[in-house]
Amino acid sequence: MSSDFTFIWVAVGALFDPITIAYALAALGLALHFGFTGLLNFGQAGFMTIGGYAFAIGAVKLNVGFFPSLLMAIAGAVLFALLLGIPTLRLRADYLSIVTIGAAEIVRLSVRTPEARPLTGGSDGLNGTGASFFALNPIPDTFSINLGPIHYTNDMVWVRLVGWITVIVAALIIWLLVRSPWGRVIKGIREDEDAVRALGKNAFSYKMQVLIIGGVLAGIGVIFAIMPSSLQPDNYGTQTTFFIWAIMLLGGAATIFGPIVGSMIFWATIAITEGFVSLGVKTGVLPITPVQSGQIRYMLVGLALMLLVIFRPQGIFGKKAEARFNG
Amino acid sequence: MVNDTTRPALHIGEAVPGCKKIDPIIIADNVTRKFGGMTAVDVPHIEVPRNAITALIGPNGAGKTTLFNLLTGFDVPNTGEWSFNGETISGKSAYKVAQRGQVRTFQLTKSLALLSVLDNMKLGATNQRGEGLLHALLPWTWKAQEAEVEAKAVELLARFKLDTKKDDYAASLSGGQRKLLEMARALMSDPTLVMLDEPMAGVNPALTQSLLGHIVDLKAQGMTVLFVEHDMHMVQTIADWVIVMAEGKIVAEGEPSVVMQDQAVVDAYLGSNKDRDLGELVAEIKREVAAGADPALAGDDLSLEKE
Ligand SMILES: Nc1ncnc2c1ncn2[C@@H]1O[C@H](COP(=O)(O)OP(=O)(O)OP(=O)(O)O)[C@@H](O)[C@H]1O
Ligand SMILES: [Mg+2]
Repeated sequence: MSSDFTFIWVAVGALFDPITIAYALAALGLALHFGFTGLLNFGQAGFMTIGGYAFAIGAVKLNVGFFPSLLMAIAGAVLFALLLGIPTLRLRADYLSIVTIGAAEIVRLSVRTPEARPLTGGSDGLNGTGASFFALNPIPDTFSINLGPIHYTNDMVWVRLVGWITVIVAALIIWLLVRSPWGRVIKGIREDEDAVRALGKNAFSYKMQVLIIGGVLAGIGVIFAIMPSSLQPDNYGTQTTFFIWAIMLLGGAATIFGPIVGSMIFWATIAITEGFVSLGVKTGVLPITPVQSGQIRYMLVGLALMLLVIFRPQGIFGKKAEARFNG
Repeated sequence: MVNDTTRPALHIGEAVPGCKKIDPIIIADNVTRKFGGMTAVDVPHIEVPRNAITALIGPNGAGKTTLFNLLTGFDVPNTGEWSFNGETISGKSAYKVAQRGQVRTFQLTKSLALLSVLDNMKLGATNQRGEGLLHALLPWTWKAQEAEVEAKAVELLARFKLDTKKDDYAASLSGGQRKLLEMARALMSDPTLVMLDEPMAGVNPALTQSLLGHIVDLKAQGMTVLFVEHDMHMVQTIADWVIVMAEGKIVAEGEPSVVMQDQAVVDAYLGSNKDRDLGELVAEIKREVAAGADPALAGDDLSLEKE
């Protein structure tokens, strides 16, 4: 029976998984967008797609190596932010949400069309994007870690190590930004953009900067998720955007640690509920099929989110007073 | 506090609507703004005198706020152009207008609810190095300036009796306190021209007195004030010049004492309490309430002085 509880180790592993890193960075970017500036970005998955493909194309199609590919991902996210922001950021807040949700889907559908296959791999996506990154791995082949029954190779450790260092550096940068006068301006924009403009601040420019920075975080983060596995266009649909929103709200929208810890909790919870549900199916406690069990775990996540919104609307790290005055 | 009656003349020629000023800070021509079929503002010519306190009055819906919005870049006119300090600013964005020293407040208060009162104030300061993205990452480049900004903010807050609230969220302030905060915040930028849209609405009488003092002070410091107000007591007490709007047009202009006597203005706007002192009116209402009159009625009386 003991092997059925390996999901505990899977859940522990999920805390530090590359996917968790990708979502932590995307959620941190979204916290800058929404939590600190009030931008309704519903296209964070679009930034991930753009960053992911720009990197992957650089890495496996153009073969330019890791750092130039990384730069391509950053440039892609910046361009995407400009494209979305220039027409919408002067308009009312809701326009950005409509445009971002649409643009993210357009991007996903474009990269997976058969016509784009030579460049993007179509609906199959791209594999082996991490080769040049793993070539930089200084950790010897002989090194590995066992966490319960799970075996972590030197490459698996390397991608997690660099990924989490990136998360820490990003968190530090955002922390410096939001506690500076620059951060005061963006929080002012969140509260009332006109008031900020009346005080002589170029609100449009600040919103553009915020959109770019938050988008770049998503574009960089996704790289850690695709390098050890593969880039699949359908992994970055609207559902992804809503997971990122859930993670951000779970941790606390106007916080720095919230989105990061939120991502860890979210993915660990998914692993645990998945484990429990499949255990229940196997032992016959739950009268459902394995296919249904996939749906059940998202229902459980939904339930957990509902409870969170009811009992702790400010998120895990959010300040209580903020929720009070928001309500 | 009451303005000297021997003040120098502000205008040239006769005090008619749109008359020229000796030293205008704002000159606007052919300003019109239509909402659908309705013309909210239709001003052929207006000049606002420099280093004076000008009141813009008129009944509800006269177009005062709309004119404010146009002059500050928050709304776009159908026609018209204007200059501030000799520089054409029509068509400029609101933030650029503010950067040039023409700063406004809003009729519907815009306090930044989830920022502390102190942060609200600091946001008003101009040329902050730390507001640039790169400097923001290097705290030592802006810490010194931040300390100066904070000292100035605390000093202004004390003047507006908000210093004890400085660490609270602006959301926790009362309506009147938010008005005060918005005005204080506008002053953080040391503006050349302050445009206040109903600054005293909802502020209690005792504080109104001291605020009137502050506004007169602003003039002494060389600023120009343009304010919209329904409180005739305030207008008579501090304004050097009064511009009266009705249905989008300027219908009268002149020194307060003269304009208040203008029959058209009196009929259209001022009502029967124009000559009465605010304190006297309040005392009378108190007597009535004490005598057992219906308090709701007393409330009605109170509103007369505002209408
Ligand atoms: N955004 C808008 N859309 C349509 N009509 C508007 C708009 N803003 C103002 N108006 C109309 O323009 C006219 C002037 O409004 P404005 O707010 O300038 O009046 P006001 O003089 O400031 O009045 P009050 O003393 O009540 O504040 C009103 O009839 C109003 O209904
Ligand atoms: Mg108004």
